[in-house]
Amino acid sequence: MNTRAAKAKPKAHVNGANDKQEFLELYRQMCLIRQFEEACGEQYSRGNIRGFLHLYIGQEAIAAGVMRSLRAEDYVVTHYRDHGHALARGLDTNRVMAELFGRATGLSKGKGGSMHIFDAAKGFMGGHAIVGGQLPLAAGLALACQYKGTGGIAVVFFGDGAVNQGVFHETMNLAAIWDLPLLFFLENNLYGMGTAAERTRAGGVDIYPIAGSYGIEAAMIDGMDVLAVREATGEAVKKIRAGEGPKFIEAKTYRFHGHSMADPARYRDHAELDYWLSRDPLKSFPKMMLDRELATAEELAVVRKSADDEVASAVKFSLESPPPAKSELFTDVYA
Amino acid sequence: MATRVTMPSMGADMTEGTVARWLKKEGEAVKRGDKMAEIETDKTVVEMEAYADGTLLKVLVPEGRKVPVGQLIAWLGQPGEKVPEESGAPAGPLGPAARPAAPPPTSASAPSPVATRLAAASAPMPARPTPPSPPPTPVTEDGDRTKASPIARKLAEEQGIDISKVVGTGPGGRITRDDVLNYKPAPSLPSSSINRPAPKVIAQDIPLTSMRQAIARVTVRSKTEAPHFYVTVAVDMTDTMKFRQHLNEALAESGIKVSVNDMIIKASVNSILKHPKFNTSFAGDKLQGHADINIGIAIALEQGLIVPALLKCQGKSVVELSTMARDLGNRARGKGGTLSQQELTQGTFGISNLGMFDVVSFAAIIVPGQAAILATGTVKKTPVVKGGEIEVADIMHATLSCDHRVADGAEGAVFLTEIKRNLENPALLMV
Amino acid sequence: MAELTIRQAIQRGLEEALQNDPNVFIMGEDIGKYGGAYAVTSGFLEKYGPKRIKDTPISEATFIGAGVGAAAAGLRPVIEIMSISFSLVAFDQIVNMAANLRYMSGGQIKVPMVIRAPTGAGAQLAATHSQSFETWLAEVPGIKCVAPSTPADALGLLRSALSDGNTVIFAEPAQMYGVKGDVPDGRFTVPIGKASVQRSGGDVTLVSYGHGMRVLHSAAEDLAKRGIEAEVVDLRSLSPLDMDTIVASVHKTNRALTLDMARRTGGIMAEVAARLQEAASDWLDGPVARVGAEDVPWPYNRELEQEALPRVEDVLASLKKSYGI
Repeated sequence: MNTRAAKAKPKAHVNGANDKQEFLELYRQMCLIRQFEEACGEQYSRGNIRGFLHLYIGQEAIAAGVMRSLRAEDYVVTHYRDHGHALARGLDTNRVMAELFGRATGLSKGKGGSMHIFDAAKGFMGGHAIVGGQLPLAAGLALACQYKGTGGIAVVFFGDGAVNQGVFHETMNLAAIWDLPLLFFLENNLYGMGTAAERTRAGGVDIYPIAGSYGIEAAMIDGMDVLAVREATGEAVKKIRAGEGPKFIEAKTYRFHGHSMADPARYRDHAELDYWLSRDPLKSFPKMMLDRELATAEELAVVRKSADDEVASAVKFSLESPPPAKSELFTDVYA
Repeated sequence: MATRVTMPSMGADMTEGTVARWLKKEGEAVKRGDKMAEIETDKTVVEMEAYADGTLLKVLVPEGRKVPVGQLIAWLGQPGEKVPEESGAPAGPLGPAARPAAPPPTSASAPSPVATRLAAASAPMPARPTPPSPPPTPVTEDGDRTKASPIARKLAEEQGIDISKVVGTGPGGRITRDDVLNYKPAPSLPSSSINRPAPKVIAQDIPLTSMRQAIARVTVRSKTEAPHFYVTVAVDMTDTMKFRQHLNEALAESGIKVSVNDMIIKASVNSILKHPKFNTSFAGDKLQGHADINIGIAIALEQGLIVPALLKCQGKSVVELSTMARDLGNRARGKGGTLSQQELTQGTFGISNLGMFDVVSFAAIIVPGQAAILATGTVKKTPVVKGGEIEVADIMHATLSCDHRVADGAEGAVFLTEIKRNLENPALLMV
Repeated sequence: MAELTIRQAIQRGLEEALQNDPNVFIMGEDIGKYGGAYAVTSGFLEKYGPKRIKDTPISEATFIGAGVGAAAAGLRPVIEIMSISFSLVAFDQIVNMAANLRYMSGGQIKVPMVIRAPTGAGAQLAATHSQSFETWLAEVPGIKCVAPSTPADALGLLRSALSDGNTVIFAEPAQMYGVKGDVPDGRFTVPIGKASVQRSGGDVTLVSYGHGMRVLHSAAEDLAKRGIEAEVVDLRSLSPLDMDTIVASVHKTNRALTLDMARRTGGIMAEVAARLQEAASDWLDGPVARVGAEDVPWPYNRELEQEALPRVEDVLASLKKSYGI
């Protein structure tokens, strides 16, 4: 009988003597994502990016915090708000941006777009745009790791909207009975498109207790705190690699923009937005570093500048890239 | 350098947007991330953010205007900076005319896909090649399409067989492959149709006589000015025909012969006396009454139709009317004098009788200035039901054409019924 | 040469794969301890162990999705769906994942996987268990779809499916597992995308697949008694579709009939008929004759179910109507 109980993980605390380079790298990743997403918004309004565009602004601490614990042989699977994960996983900024521009130099040669970012060589197995649909895929990747004994694991990101899909429950069940090396990472940003999670979820907006009913150890953390994310992920991944089977982390977070570019987010009140803006990891994290004298303002500015430059050159790269050849229409349908 | 602010694309399906409200005024400082304007799309209102710091130099699209995505709507720059010459395309709903012919590039070097597409859209479309016309379809002699399967047609063509000569044995008489394969052309015979010259159709122009021109003018005027309506009754003339026979027997020595038409004239006069409205002319603001009842009689001449009138018919007996009518007819045909101007122009009510042509019924055109015209058909022996029995009766159909400006349907019916009552009761014709 | 049933032929193909390729594993509901709902994998668990023979929860969407993930990571899963009717709950995983992944990743991800599923009506399983969704899946680009009607084709197609780089839907006619036939020795394969002429004749081309082949062969016998020689063609592969073989036959016969044991509207045979009109119109001696199951949910009652299924009489009547033969 499974007796592994769910328990909420308390907010992680910073150890004063953390590695400075590591913190600066976390900050660099968050700056890169923020700057990338702002550039996406601008390029979308210019018509250079089309289709649906979902910005990750506000949730940067999660992507940055999780990826630090992963290895090359691990797999990452995520949802359609996927740019942040792609960049944090180390995908080429130029090629991610070019994919959004629909150019031949994009990771999918312009056939996937914003919601479908892939880089198989980096184990980045996709942004997926059917809510919850990526969960079984991740279980299969974890199964392959287990089957082949690679020592790798799979991490799957999903939102609070996905937890009401049947496959969410099915996948937790399958992962638990097969002890799959799989980390379920729930980014609970409190809204499924424009509908508040509390309006669609029986039992409240805390979702991690469900994992316990499948015998999966679960933690809940502050998704605006990159160090808490990093710490919780590090612990869960260690246990998964040790063969303890799947783990579950719920991070409470918030997207500062609407669901997509077409969404003015009128369903949220200003007080709520202001509260979450006040917890912006792009403000709180550098402030903490300054307060604890882990970095100087100049050092932080250098990091920001490098992120800005990287994004600016990605935009330039994308604008200068050719569109896919017409013949690409018929390639990659079959192997 | 001033920065272009263009109508943003805020959704995959957005092609145009309306500036609902400018949140910054000209001359106002703008910081990157500030909300500059509210943009109304088909679905919602979204806020447009500034992507650069600066001052809102110039607003080119006023609130409430709808413009295509990508169109220049404002300039952002340093205070006092001069706005470049380029201005927004004429604002208006998205349409070919409103599209900029060649939108300038965005601040980045390459033109945006939107701009490229707009440019492409304004380029002339290459002419579409005309598809080759389909080969003519075989047609059977009765004009129907020959039903033949595609392979049957193909084989027939290859073998030089006229497919319309092949008898189809397939479903619905379709000519099948086997029908063509088994087809043996019949030995050729001389044409079976008898050599008979086709009747010649005379196709010559006929110049209009002045009478024809007058008729054309008058009937068009009548039908244009007077809204006609028609009321028809069947008149049982049995008793009247007997009466007429007796009367004519009695008058035989005097040489007077009362016709059916004479009795119709008398019945009309009697009815007009009772319903004088039918002896008026529509005169714009009134119905102009006439002191005399002048019954116009339609007379078919070789050159055409004329409708001269019997003047002052009121108080005249059927015999007197008969005499007058014969005289009028003669003069109309150029015998024993001519028609007076009065007779030709002063009719107040018309009668047209085609009874001699075995016509059952017809409707006549009112002579302009008159209120109505009565059209009668032939008197014909007809089985009728009387008191539950079928009897043979002399039936005549009478149709009254009325000027609706003068009278309505019910009035026309009442008036025509009065004529019918007179015709069915010969005693009334003697009054 | 050996005489095998279709069931045995599939078993042989699966066992070969398990023995020759360590990346092959089988998963599905009741395939292990129970031995498979149609006993295809009977005894496999004992022979190959639980790592290779995985009993799954009743979660079609998830174990098919997991198969996609495993395939994307280099394994070669063989998945059994107990009935193709149950594929409906997994359509998102089959269509959006198995079929679309390769294209939307710009060719980075391959999904070499075989999804086996019994299909078809005729066993009084009523509306939810009698459907033939291979005809829907055949429309989806990015996956392939085959349906054998003989033991030799079952083995030959399975071998091809197991070495294909794509997901292959392997639709097994549920009422034909016991059909016997000669199977050649040696490692022959049947290529995916190639139809087979099962009977030659010059008078009319009859086309179907799976269960429909039995009806066509009976009809061909009846026609032969009247001196009409039918050419009977088995699609075998619904996607890609081999129109060349069918068109070549129609060039010879000038008459064609399509038979669909699935509902006639919008199915794969409707596509075959449409493409025939397109590609061989000049060679046809009348409209393509079409026979299919009635457009109703499958009834339970035996007589009603038989009424809904196409029969030999329907084939003959349809030929009469189109070609007068």
